[in-house]
Amino acid sequence: MKNTIRVLRAEKNWTQEQLASAIGVSRQTINAIEKEKFDPSLPTAFRIARLFEKPIEAIFTFEE
Amino acid sequence: MQTIDMNQTTRKQQLKNLAAWTFAWVLSTALVVFGAEFIWDGNAWITMAALAVNVLVGLGMILSNRRLLENCDELEKKIQLESMGLTLGLTLVVGIAFSMMDATNLIPFDAEIAFLVMFMGICYMLAIWFNNRRYR
Repeated sequence: MKNTIRVLRAEKNWTQEQLASAIGVSRQTINAIEKEKFDPSLPTAFRIARLFEKPIEAIFTFEE
Repeated sequence: MQTIDMNQTTRKQQLKNLAAWTFAWVLSTALVVFGAEFIWDGNAWITMAALAVNVLVGLGMILSNRRLLENCDELEKKIQLESMGLTLGLTLVVGIAFSMMDATNLIPFDAEIAFLVMFMGICYMLAIWFNNRRYR
């Protein structure tokens, strides 16, 4: 699953650590999501979308 | 920006608890083995009591590990699951092969359970290390 978290995070000037604290996961998890090595759960995806004030599909793109 | 506390203090406390339970379990295991031989001279009742303590402390260790896992986030849980799955599979396959090597006299010593426990420990540590690198 592709995502634009790294870009959105850069726009807000947040570190991975800050984003991780904001959604209640570890920095390693944020890094793995950004690198598309790990797909987040639905609650985590919704928390990220809510934090960036964007619809979930604007951040995550599903690819077969 | 609001933060959701991952509760690092709780995590550290849970790690300390698990370490304490594990240490107590190792001690109680040593007590059963060496106590029967060197302290109470093979008295069956005392051995059974020591064994009961060993099992109860073991259960405490398992529950402590469960509490720690419940506090992990989703990636950490995935890493643990993959590592435990690999360890379980390898232990089953290697354990049965090791036992058959003993049964068919391919090895000149007995296939002790201690070898399997050591194998499990090493396998789990390597799997955790490898999976942590994979998702880094």
